[in-house]
Amino acid sequence: MAELTKEEVKHVAHLARLAITEEEAEKFALQLAAITDFAEQLKELDTTNVVPTTHVLPLVNVLRKDEAIKGLDREVMMLNVKEQEAGQVKVPSIME
Amino acid sequence: MTLFERSAKELQALLHSKEITIADLTKEAYDRVDKLDDNVQAFLALNKEKATATAAELDKVPFEERGPLFGLPIGVKDNIVTEGLETTCASKILEGFNPIYDATVVNKLREAGMVTIGKLNMDEFAMGSSNENSAYKTTKNPWALDRVPGGSSGASAAAVAAGEVPFSLGSDTGGSIRQPASYCGVVGMKPTYGRVSRFGLVAFASSLDQIGPITRNVTDNALLLEAISGLDPHDSTSADVEVPNFAAALTGDVKGLRIAVPKEYLGEGVSEAVRQSVLDALKVLENLGATWEEVSLPHSKYALATYYILSSSEASSNLSRFDGIRYGFRAENVQNLMELYKETRSQGFGDEVKRRIMLGTYSLSAGTYDAYYKKAQQVRTLIKEDYDKVLADYDVIVGPTAPTPAFKIGENVEDPLTMYANDILTIPINLAGVPAISIPCGFENGLPLGLQIIGNYFDESTIYRVAHAYEQATDFHKETPQIWEGK
Repeated sequence: MAELTKEEVKHVAHLARLAITEEEAEKFALQLAAITDFAEQLKELDTTNVVPTTHVLPLVNVLRKDEAIKGLDREVMMLNVKEQEAGQVKVPSIME
Repeated sequence: MTLFERSAKELQALLHSKEITIADLTKEAYDRVDKLDDNVQAFLALNKEKATATAAELDKVPFEERGPLFGLPIGVKDNIVTEGLETTCASKILEGFNPIYDATVVNKLREAGMVTIGKLNMDEFAMGSSNENSAYKTTKNPWALDRVPGGSSGASAAAVAAGEVPFSLGSDTGGSIRQPASYCGVVGMKPTYGRVSRFGLVAFASSLDQIGPITRNVTDNALLLEAISGLDPHDSTSADVEVPNFAAALTGDVKGLRIAVPKEYLGEGVSEAVRQSVLDALKVLENLGATWEEVSLPHSKYALATYYILSSSEASSNLSRFDGIRYGFRAENVQNLMELYKETRSQGFGDEVKRRIMLGTYSLSAGTYDAYYKKAQQVRTLIKEDYDKVLADYDVIVGPTAPTPAFKIGENVEDPLTMYANDILTIPINLAGVPAISIPCGFENGLPLGLQIIGNYFDESTIYRVAHAYEQATDFHKETPQIWEGK
C-alpha cells in the first residue's frame, strides 16, 4: 500500500468526519503515503502465532455494584453546550 | 535569583521558620510569569485569583498537618482537566471549554496542598515533539529562545526550566514528558502504565498515555509522583499496586547495580555529544559501584512505525468525541448534522491532528486492519518481550533520552517523519509500558542533554535511586539558563 490516492484520502476523511479541500487531499495523500510506506517495514517481521498486545498490564474487568449514585447536575452538564433548549442539546436537522 | 532554585525540602524549611509564606511562593510564581513568559510563552491560562485565595487559606494550616509539597506552586499541562479553569489541549476545538470536574491528579494535588498556578501549553492533543503544533502559541526553549522546548509537554518542561514554577505535570504517550525534560535540562518521569490515574486526562492513545511529574531535581520528582499515584475507581486501567515512599529509596547507594546499555540506543542518528554524555554517565555510575554491559533490544527499529499506527488508531477513536455538540467549538452556517460534524472538526483541528486521525482511521478500516493495526499490535508484543528479557537480568536500562539536543523552531515542521524520529528512543518504553526518567547529563553547544533510565514494571524506586545517586555525583542539574536571571 505504498500509493495512497487522493480518492482514498477523501474516503478516509469522510469516515473520520473531516471536510477536506482538494489541496488538502493532495497534501495529505503525499504525507500519509510517506508514513504508510515507512510502516511497510513491519512486514519484514514474521508474526505468525504472535499474540497481539492491546494492553501491557494483566488487567481483568473492573466491576462495581449496580447501584444508582447521584451524577452531575443537569445545569452543570449543560454548561459547555453551545445550543440548547428546555434543558436539551440542540442540533441541526438529522434527516433531510 | 528566585525562591524556585530551592528544593521542596528547602522551601518547607523557609516556610517553617516563617521567613516566607505560601502567599509569597504563589506571588513569586506570578511575578516570574510576568517577567519571563513574554519570552517563554509557556502558560495558556492563569489561575491567579483562585490560587491567591487558596494560598491565604493554606497559610492558616498548622505545620504539623502539612506534607512535603504543602503550599508549593505547580503548573498543569492543558490536557488535564481543571474545574472552572479553561482546558483546551492547545486546540481550537476546545476553545473556551470550562471543565465541570477535576482530574484525579488535580484532586490529589489539592489533597497534597499544592497551588495550581495555571495551564501549560502543549502540542495540540499531545501530538507533536516541539510545541509547534499548539493552536495558540509556540513555547520557546528557555536555554535558547530560537529553539523548541520539545513536546508534547514542552511548556511543562520550559516553565520549570525557566523557574516560573518549581513543579509541573505533563503527560507522556511516546516520550512527551522525557524528550522535553531532556531538551530543557530538567527531570521528567513517565511512570509505569497504570501507576497514575488517567481520569480527567483528555485521551490521546489510551493504552500508552501516562501522567507524570517534571521538576528540577530527582527528590522533588519522587515526592510529586508519590502524591499523584494510586488506584482510582474512576480509571479501570489504574493498577491496584501499593504506592511506595519513593523518596525513601534515595539512598545514594548503587553498589552492585546491574545496568544494561542497548546498542540500538547509541547507534545511527545519535549525536556524538549525546553518545559521549551517556558513556560519561556510565563511568560515573561505575565509580559508584554499578556495572554495565551492552545488550540488544532487537526490535527497537520497528517501534516508531508500530507506535504511529497504534497511537493514531487509538486517537482516531478517542477524538471522535469532538463533534461540536456537547462542548467546545461548533461550526456555524451548516445545513445538517453531517455537515456540522465535518465542518466543526475541519475548522477545529490542526493539520497534525487531522493527519493522525486519518492515519488511524485508515489503519482501522476494512482491508487494512490486519496489515496495519493487528500487525502493529503483534510487533508491540515483540518489543515488550525485548524489554521483559533484558529487565529479567538487569536492574535498569540506560541510554540517551533524545538523539540530539533541542532543534530550531521551524526546522522540522514540513516533514512529519523527521519530526517523529525525535522520539525514537522514548517510544519503545511506552509500547512496553515500563517506567523511565530523563535527567540532565550534559550539554552540547550550551543546550541540555538528557540521560534516560528505564526500569521494571512498578519499580520506579530503583530508577529514582539510580537517578539520585547520579545527580549527587554531578552538577548538571544545578545549571540554569541565562533567562533565569532575566538577563
